[in-house]
Amino acid sequence: MVKDTCPSIKNILLLDSEGKRVAVKYYSNDWPTNSAKEAFEKAVFTKTQKTNARTEAEIAMLEGNVIVYKFVQDLHFFVTGGEDENELILATVLQGFFDAVGLLLRGNVDKKEALENLDLILLCLDEIVDGGIILETDANVIAGKVASHSVDVGAPLSEQTISQALATAREHLTRSLLK
Amino acid sequence: MAQPLVKKDDDRDDEEYSPFLGIEKGAVLQEARVFNDPQLDPRRCSQVITKLLYLLNQGETFTKIEATEVFFAVTKLFQSRDIGLRRMVYLMIKELSPSADEVIIVTSSLMKDMTSKTDMYRANAIRVLCRITDGTLLTQIERYLKQAIVDKNPVVASAALVSGIHLLETTPEIVKRWSNEVQEAVQSRAALVQFHALALLHQIRQNDRLAVSKLVTSLTRGTVRSPLAQCLLIRYTTQVIREAATTQTGDRPFYDFLESCLRHKAEMVIFEAARAITELNGVTNRELTPAITVLQLFLSSSKPVLRFAAVRTLNKVAMTHPMAVTNCNIDMESLISDQNRSIATLAITTLLKTGNESSVDRLMKQITNFMSDIADEFKIVVVEAIRSLCLKFPLKYRSLMNFLSNILREEGGFEYKKAIVDSIVILIRDIPDAKENGLLHLCEFIEDCEFTYLSTQILHFLGTEGPKTSDPSKYIRYIYNRVHLENATVRAAAVSTLAKFGAMVDALKPRVFVLLRRCLYDGDDEVRDRATLYLNTVGSDGEVIETDKVVKDFLFGSLDIPLANIETSLKNYEPAEQPFDINSVPKEVKTQPLAEKKAPGKKPAGLGAPPSGPPSTVDAYEKLLSSIPEFSDFGKLFKSSAPVELTEAETEYAVNVVKHIFDRHVVFQYNCTNTIPEQLLENVTVIVDASEAEEFAEVASKPLRSLPYDSPGQIFGAFEKPEGVPAVGKFSNMLRFIVKEVDPTTGDVEDDGVEDEYQLEDLEVVAADYVMKVGVSNFRNAWESIGPDFERVDEYGLGPRESLAEAVSAVISLLGMQPCEGTEVVANNSRSHTCLLSGVFIGNVKVLVRLQFGIDGPKEVAMKLAVRSEDDNVSDMIHEIVASG
Repeated sequence: MVKDTCPSIKNILLLDSEGKRVAVKYYSNDWPTNSAKEAFEKAVFTKTQKTNARTEAEIAMLEGNVIVYKFVQDLHFFVTGGEDENELILATVLQGFFDAVGLLLRGNVDKKEALENLDLILLCLDEIVDGGIILETDANVIAGKVASHSVDVGAPLSEQTISQALATAREHLTRSLLK
Repeated sequence: MAQPLVKKDDDRDDEEYSPFLGIEKGAVLQEARVFNDPQLDPRRCSQVITKLLYLLNQGETFTKIEATEVFFAVTKLFQSRDIGLRRMVYLMIKELSPSADEVIIVTSSLMKDMTSKTDMYRANAIRVLCRITDGTLLTQIERYLKQAIVDKNPVVASAALVSGIHLLETTPEIVKRWSNEVQEAVQSRAALVQFHALALLHQIRQNDRLAVSKLVTSLTRGTVRSPLAQCLLIRYTTQVIREAATTQTGDRPFYDFLESCLRHKAEMVIFEAARAITELNGVTNRELTPAITVLQLFLSSSKPVLRFAAVRTLNKVAMTHPMAVTNCNIDMESLISDQNRSIATLAITTLLKTGNESSVDRLMKQITNFMSDIADEFKIVVVEAIRSLCLKFPLKYRSLMNFLSNILREEGGFEYKKAIVDSIVILIRDIPDAKENGLLHLCEFIEDCEFTYLSTQILHFLGTEGPKTSDPSKYIRYIYNRVHLENATVRAAAVSTLAKFGAMVDALKPRVFVLLRRCLYDGDDEVRDRATLYLNTVGSDGEVIETDKVVKDFLFGSLDIPLANIETSLKNYEPAEQPFDINSVPKEVKTQPLAEKKAPGKKPAGLGAPPSGPPSTVDAYEKLLSSIPEFSDFGKLFKSSAPVELTEAETEYAVNVVKHIFDRHVVFQYNCTNTIPEQLLENVTVIVDASEAEEFAEVASKPLRSLPYDSPGQIFGAFEKPEGVPAVGKFSNMLRFIVKEVDPTTGDVEDDGVEDEYQLEDLEVVAADYVMKVGVSNFRNAWESIGPDFERVDEYGLGPRESLAEAVSAVISLLGMQPCEGTEVVANNSRSHTCLLSGVFIGNVKVLVRLQFGIDGPKEVAMKLAVRSEDDNVSDMIHEIVASG
């Protein structure tokens, strides 16, 4: 029985305002082909498009899956889990992903910025879930792990040192606490 | 150096800008050659990897050769000391998922990283290596993985533990050796490490109940730091509770732990615990209350996810414990206007389940406003909820039926319309008062219905129900309109319906004939054929005579044969001199495969066809038996039982028996298998002692000449019994044979054999063997048409039973009859249940059984058994089966 086992994530999607892929990661075999994946993304996008998921994460059921989602600017964030999954665990993963991307893009969260820093987004996905199992949900830790890796590369965070990156992260945290 | 990935075109600034605009696979693969440069440029390499990953992410695929080339090029990048680049290399290798022979290339690099001083290298190298490795390599790195599990750095430990969870699926025997380390990691101070360790430890031990129970006992007393780990612990605890409940009584173990989790500071833990409590087997109201209270608080949360989670759980609770949820009704009503329509729909359907008779009207008013702005899929859920509400409060049918007919007139897709029509049909069937009203609504609907399927189904239904109403004539106009305005399929259905009115209602006959005659000029073959058939059978040259019962049965009687069976028989029928004989079609309904019973408690949809099963094995048996000359004059096979094992599993000789029942004979088919490679059995017979079966006399037996190792053979024994009488008895069996030694390597058989015997278990012929599972499509109609002439009713105490469901299934299997309308499924926690069974008794006597069960406190089950059949002996016989069972 699925419910006795570990909470598991079926996929994480980052789509743009037209439903096109920015970055996606599938962990289950429910959608074996790329066209099945695209069909699912389209269905998810159409179903959620008109909802207001900008202040609080929203939730929907689709094809026997629970999907939690949140939008910012022209980016749509989705996390999908099984029908019996604890909705709040999925929401925690979504929030971790959402906030980590916010930290990594230093507040400029939109499609352009996301594509320009696609390496960070992909690393971020890699740090959140491994093969469906939740690795980490704390945005600051996730962003910290991703940022520390790109320090030497001269990618957008190049000017920052690790400690600076963490300082930004911390600052973000305090701000979100004060809200 | 700092060139953007693709040059930005200044003139087209308005257009959406993407760094990957115009990216092309071939060009990127060319670019990947920089990986081979002697002077690596880490930044450039990272960019190229990002582009490759972008392509893969967009659904682009690499050919085998391309993937191999990229993989080999990427492995060169291990030379670079650049941390960021290494991180991208890891990602790339995982995405490429290299084949076994390629993996070897990177193994040593990854193993070096696994023992590196840099935490990030260790953690990632472990994840990559475990992802791509196979069992043989794993033994080499096992030592490092064990160390990693207890590594000071939580990221490294988590990486090793999560990899362990994945590896457990492919190489469990290796991962199981790590349990000491994993156990230690469960005590880790790092929250996520504890979570991963707990998950792995449980999976290692999941088949060992005692170990899991111990694990839960120790952890529920200690402190678990991470909310995720706490959720896991709740799941494991409920598992232990479920298994313990079957052996223990009294206070539920661990309930206190679950209850204490309701006061946890993390919402995900509170919710997990609340949900766990609501799903406990046989949960009491006292146990439910604290869980319902926290869920009620969630209902007014500002977070949609919380509201959704809570209302979804309460919705499930409302199915079994509607009273427990009523406290939340006020909060639930305010959710009807929730922005999130999923939440609103769940709230409404919950209210429909918990509502009482007086609140129905108010609720319907609210729903009417709500229906216009939700999607079809939600509307279907609401329609189904309204249907069950109407069945619960039949007095309220008027407002509910009105509601259904109103929404039927509005726009909607096929599934939605079908759900509404099904609901109206079920209401018509179950609430007699609602019949005429409902039929008129359906008539109005087909006046403007775009779905052929629904039109034909409704016309068929009208033909069955319409003639029985007080004024059948008022439906004729609606039906005949179809003949003018619709496509051929609907026209043909309308013709059949008209004919039914003509056949059933004599007063209407002349007028119906006039209409049918007009149909003779229809443009479609099928329509003309049907009109001709009906005119010639029902009406003889316009004379108004009462339609013959035989003709009625032929034209409109329900086919007592499962459609699937007749389909197979027709497919097997080869055109020959002999016409197809419908009596040769087996009537046995095969039990449906479990997969189809996914939705327990869901009543089959109203218009759906009668239950039909896959083609049966009866065909095969019949063919087999008729090929044996000794049995050829026994007549038609009435029923074959399921195989009954006569030996324990894994004995020297495996024997099971199938009982074939004929009108005057019983044939036992012993299926024997020799499981000893060193033996060959010859002249195998079964010696049957029928001294405890007085009414039976052995007439024939058919031994088996030889029974080699592992190739099953059959032995038959035939007995005569009084005609048409369900004689019962006990038979003891002995297998007698000559054993010859066989050399299993060469297959040589020794010439000399030894006579030997082997005792088999006893075999009984019981009354249930004379009852055939034959379903009826509409139990109520069938019940009424048999009538109360030979009804027998009695009450029985079944003594203490494990559960109601267990008692119901025991009686069903005792009687060997077909459960109808899904009544074999007992709702969880219900205290009473009605089960409908149908079957055919030997001699072709229809039998219907209505069972009413009740259970009280100490699991005492009482049962009321009502039997109707066409023969009072048979009715008595059914009672006898139960009384002696």
